[in-house]
Amino acid sequence: MSTLTIIYATVFYAATALLLLGLGYKVYDYSRTPAPLKIPTTPAPTTRAGVVYRLAKETVVFESLFKSNKWIWLFGWLFHAGLFLVLARHLRYFTQPVWFWVDIIQPFGKYASLMMVVGLAGLLARRFVVDRVRYISTPSDYLMLVLLLFIGLTGMLMTFVAHTDIVALKAFFMGLMYFDVQPVPADPILLAHLSAVALLMVIFPVSKLLHAPGLYFSPTRNQVDDPREHRHVAAWAARLEETR
Amino acid sequence: MAADVEIPEVKDFIEIPKIKPGAMAHAKSFPAGKDVQEFLGYPYELVDDWEARAVEKMGDLLGKYRSLKVFLDACVHCGACTDKCHYFLGTADPKNMPVARQDLMRQVYRRYFTPTGKLFPKLVGAKALTREILDDWYSYYHQCSECRRCSVFCPYGIDTAEITMAGREILNHVGMGQKYSNEILAKVQRIGNNLGLPGPALEDTLAGLEEDIEADTGVPVKLPLDVKGAEVLLVTPSADFFSEPHVESLIGYAKVFHAAGISWTLSSHASEAGNFGLFNGNYETMRKVAMRIRDAALDLGVKRIVVGECGHAWRVAYSFWNTLTGIGYGGDDPFSIELQKQLDHNYPQPQHICELTNDLIKAGRIKVDPSANDDLVITFHDSCNVARASRMGTEPGGQFTIPRELIRAVANNYHDMDPDTIFESTFCCGGGGGLLTDDLMDVRIKGALPRVTALTAVVKEHQVNFLALICAICKAQFTKVLPKYGFDMSMVGGIHQLVSKAIKLD
Repeated sequence: MSTLTIIYATVFYAATALLLLGLGYKVYDYSRTPAPLKIPTTPAPTTRAGVVYRLAKETVVFESLFKSNKWIWLFGWLFHAGLFLVLARHLRYFTQPVWFWVDIIQPFGKYASLMMVVGLAGLLARRFVVDRVRYISTPSDYLMLVLLLFIGLTGMLMTFVAHTDIVALKAFFMGLMYFDVQPVPADPILLAHLSAVALLMVIFPVSKLLHAPGLYFSPTRNQVDDPREHRHVAAWAARLEETR
Repeated sequence: MAADVEIPEVKDFIEIPKIKPGAMAHAKSFPAGKDVQEFLGYPYELVDDWEARAVEKMGDLLGKYRSLKVFLDACVHCGACTDKCHYFLGTADPKNMPVARQDLMRQVYRRYFTPTGKLFPKLVGAKALTREILDDWYSYYHQCSECRRCSVFCPYGIDTAEITMAGREILNHVGMGQKYSNEILAKVQRIGNNLGLPGPALEDTLAGLEEDIEADTGVPVKLPLDVKGAEVLLVTPSADFFSEPHVESLIGYAKVFHAAGISWTLSSHASEAGNFGLFNGNYETMRKVAMRIRDAALDLGVKRIVVGECGHAWRVAYSFWNTLTGIGYGGDDPFSIELQKQLDHNYPQPQHICELTNDLIKAGRIKVDPSANDDLVITFHDSCNVARASRMGTEPGGQFTIPRELIRAVANNYHDMDPDTIFESTFCCGGGGGLLTDDLMDVRIKGALPRVTALTAVVKEHQVNFLALICAICKAQFTKVLPKYGFDMSMVGGIHQLVSKAIKLD
């Protein structure tokens, strides 16, 4: 086995472990932290089903962002929807036989990369152009967009310009999944693409990418508006009642 | 201070200003003194180990409040909130953009509580706590009215109010309390209301009002105090007893109870609906202040608890009273049951006075003559905490429809302001959340700009001459600030001031 393969296999095992453990810990930490008061941003749903619908709208069409700012919404939604299709398309490299719906979306997934890159470019441009957004941007905000653009562009390069040995790549990842490591193709564009993806996986649980799980734990969005009908008391707050 | 404040120019539309860093850095609310701070259990001057204590308190709050933890992690700096805060729109100070206000705390959170902030502080904008940062907190956490407008527009629902509350709580713990809010918190606990009005004075005031009403209408409308066995306990902001135009609404409530034949009482022990514990983010204080209402309800044996026109009070009453004091339904613990078995389950508990009056009019139990308000062309300002932190009625959005239904029932001429400035998108009056103090007059005047802009438009287009309100703070703020923009302060008043004029007492 080549050194290159050993390095990439190790990197992907480590990145996957950090992503899952880090994200798992964060989700555990959010769920064990109490929300002592009812603070849904109203008007809010009065039923659990309503809350599910509210969160579904936030997830799929970014409802609040749409109300807020059409440009951020447009670029943000293009990027996320593009990324979703691209990721779905990538499932073909991790499944054998390939699931039928993954086959169906292949062409969409290919061109979705364009949506993704356009969205990212728009978001990056806003950081330079809009004085308010420039004021709040930290170096990591720019670098995160650059990293995602790099992943998108190297991917597009392999899809549309310089095809990589995709059969060998699939063998590599299937090998990783079944603990039977196969050689990684030594294509520089592919290796750059994979390195950036591994980096993204590692920083996910320690960065603002936590907005993904965060949405579902946000009390202003996930609480039912029923405080007059149901008494809501956190464990630490209930202890105050024992002294009185 | 107000004399040298530049009054912003009112344009036809609300304009997003170019940022002016440091524009409001000078705004510093007066610090709380020794007596109040000690009463509330806080140090009264900056403690020596402020850094350690602040970080420890932040850790404590992060463990108790999921909102704080998630909100400090989730922000992606997208910028959606940057043009949503009335204080930013009025001052152009970038630290009044919600995200920047949050970042004042987020930078410290990242440094002490996240791996990236510990390892790469510059990269992620993490900073160790300094005196300068503490001063920034004091300045800018007292330029936030906790109105939650930003939380409507944030894709993750990040509510800057939660950060501001935590910030003020930490500041209190290191000895940097705010005079205005903390003095009120001491007064309400020592005397029973925010104005520091003792029981006998309250009795006198109510007797005087009864005489006024009878002289005016010929009907002996009563304002009962501490009457055991009354059906309704009315809890209202203490400004209703004293201030203009607040008192006109109090007269309105009294007339409604009289006309409907509902026995009711005020309480000298709980002569205040407002709960400034909310503003400081201290659960225990908020609970102690709210507990007065439970005690009064149990003591007087009332069957219903109704809340007068007060925005933040209604948030605490509607959203938190059940949690804090068991005023509400659904609790199966002895603490809750003790009160529940006394309450009339045919009514929501607590109930907003607008819900009560509107229901009575719809049921035909009180009669009104809307033409009594024909001299007025009315618009309605949705109070921030009613709009975005509470509800009325049984349907989501009842907090918007019920007050409007009520106005239209008692008056004939009504026009809404720009749709982007009402309902859930309403702007704060500029004086909410503990900022209603003269030492912040500059902030208050500038923060009112978006609302004044929308008001000016309906005044021009529809000759609106009355701004209807359901919040004691809104009433006090607009009475003071609208004249700076050239409006007459008499154009401000409560919805029950309109009810008072239209209601038929015979």
